[in-house]
Amino acid sequence: MFSDELLKFDWQETTARIQSMTDADVRRALASPRPGVDGFMALISPAAAPYLEQMAARSRALTRERFGKTVSMYIPMYITNSCSNSCVYCGFNCHNKFERVILTPEQIEDECKAIKRLGPFENLLLVTGENPRKAGVDYLARALQVCRPYFSNMSVEVMPLSAEGYSTLVSEGLNGVVCFQETYHRERYKVYHPAGQKSDFEWRVNGFDRMGQAGVHKIGMGVLIGLEDWRTDVTMMARHLLYLRKKYWRTRYSVNFPRMRASASGYQPNVIMSDRELAQLTFAFRIFDHDVDISVSTRELPVFRDHICALGATSLSAGSKTEPGGYYTYPQALEQFAVSDERTPSEVADAIRRAGQEVVWKDWDEIFDRC
Amino acid sequence: MTDILKIGGVEFSSRLFTGTGKFSSNSVMEEAIKASGSQLVTVAMKRIDMGAENDDMLRHILSEGVRLLPNTSGVRDAREAVLAAQLAREAFETDFIKLEIHPDPKYLLPDPVETLKATEELARLGFIVMPYIQADPVLCKRLEEAGTAAVMPLGAPIGTNKGLVTRDLLEIIIAESNVPVVVDAGLGAPSHAAAAMELGADAVLVNTAIAVAGNPAEMARAFAEATVAGRRGYLAGLGVQSSEAVASSPLTDFL
Repeated sequence: MFSDELLKFDWQETTARIQSMTDADVRRALASPRPGVDGFMALISPAAAPYLEQMAARSRALTRERFGKTVSMYIPMYITNSCSNSCVYCGFNCHNKFERVILTPEQIEDECKAIKRLGPFENLLLVTGENPRKAGVDYLARALQVCRPYFSNMSVEVMPLSAEGYSTLVSEGLNGVVCFQETYHRERYKVYHPAGQKSDFEWRVNGFDRMGQAGVHKIGMGVLIGLEDWRTDVTMMARHLLYLRKKYWRTRYSVNFPRMRASASGYQPNVIMSDRELAQLTFAFRIFDHDVDISVSTRELPVFRDHICALGATSLSAGSKTEPGGYYTYPQALEQFAVSDERTPSEVADAIRRAGQEVVWKDWDEIFDRC
Repeated sequence: MTDILKIGGVEFSSRLFTGTGKFSSNSVMEEAIKASGSQLVTVAMKRIDMGAENDDMLRHILSEGVRLLPNTSGVRDAREAVLAAQLAREAFETDFIKLEIHPDPKYLLPDPVETLKATEELARLGFIVMPYIQADPVLCKRLEEAGTAAVMPLGAPIGTNKGLVTRDLLEIIIAESNVPVVVDAGLGAPSHAAAAMELGADAVLVNTAIAVAGNPAEMARAFAEATVAGRRGYLAGLGVQSSEAVASSPLTDFL
């Protein structure tokens, strides 16, 4: 399990190593066919800032080589904001007093239809708060059954499950699981996630092993930028990805670098990452891992999303509502965070095409999940 | 520099493994093995007279610090390989087995399907399996799942001395493997061994290039030095060639 592997890496030491990277380290990483984690640390370090243009060029070349000039589209569907955790930065925190929503199967179907009216989406991401009692595996299985006729590829972003839980959902047509570790800093993790199942660092970080064991086709990872030193956190994530790739080699992987947005929690981020730094990180990750899917959510501004796609990112959401029932049932419910790109899916698709890229809505078929 | 390679719980300080075929005499072989500093030496069990108390070949191989790696050369499928491995275990009192299944007598190319089957069975029986295989990254992962102790992809077909013909695939195997990668077969010159080690291979196995050299002992020494040099270069962090030109129209103006 990765929690054991993680013990090999000291947080302080990793931070210091990134900060000590030099110009020569950056140039070596840029020219190396496989820069590895060491090279990755050089590329995200402050020493690499003057090399942003070269990094963009290399990242673009690698992205084209592996993905061509395509951008894949997905849409999230929030089905509940019910949550038993009290994450200090999140709008769904169980101490926030507001009407909680758990969509019924009928309401979920209405949402499916509403999404289909928005655009020809085939990649669906079902998102929930974390309430294992009220919205656990059975509820998710039922939700997948409802959505299956509408979408050829379904992922979930939900609380970490047992391997059996994941297997159950895979048999209902689940293709991918997204889970954000939020931070790899063991001690600080407990400060941000004081209660509920999410306060258990090991359970969450080992969730990825359980996904691999259950044969989930695609695993999505991320750290929440705004909690701890982002450079150290993404380095730990790079190590985690490397570990998973070697162990669960049949699985595809995606990463996401969500920057903390304003939410009903009123929490202010501890660290701010600039657009330049987010671009640097995106390029660095592509140079580190040529095959990983890099997705960019509507947390980011249109101008950033439109440009980063041609340079390293490979998948975009569009038209997203981050509140349960937001597409049809409860257009006014509380959102998890504020979106920055309010364009419609077809406006986003047009922008991608204008930038010379093909928009890919469907890249999977439900038939592959039936075997 | 303490740089220990562990296979099946056994530690090796030399990363050059050698073979025992094709030497002009057993004494030439013995001299070459000594010069190589090798701690793991493979021998085809078909060459050994296991009935004899004091087989001449064996007598020349075994010395202090040298561990025997019996190989199954000659078998054509998994069933025969498992049988051969069991005989070897009994005769040589070792769990180490170099799995070689090459039904094709011309190029001696390994059969991946039978090799995987045999590895599953041998691992189950507690052997320390080291299979000789094509440089096939997917096969390597399948063997890992089957319980192999290492993988031994070929650099080029046995005996060809062509070096790292499979270089691009070896790079992938090395990058993705959770078990030691030993580049086996095809290494014809010390520089080939150094190149394999620079790529990040955990060890190399060399037989023909040493056995048929004008001076086998000298060649063994050269391979030993090249293996160490390549390893040292890898650990030191190699420099890289060429860097990309900066695009004329800036890509990051939007920031």
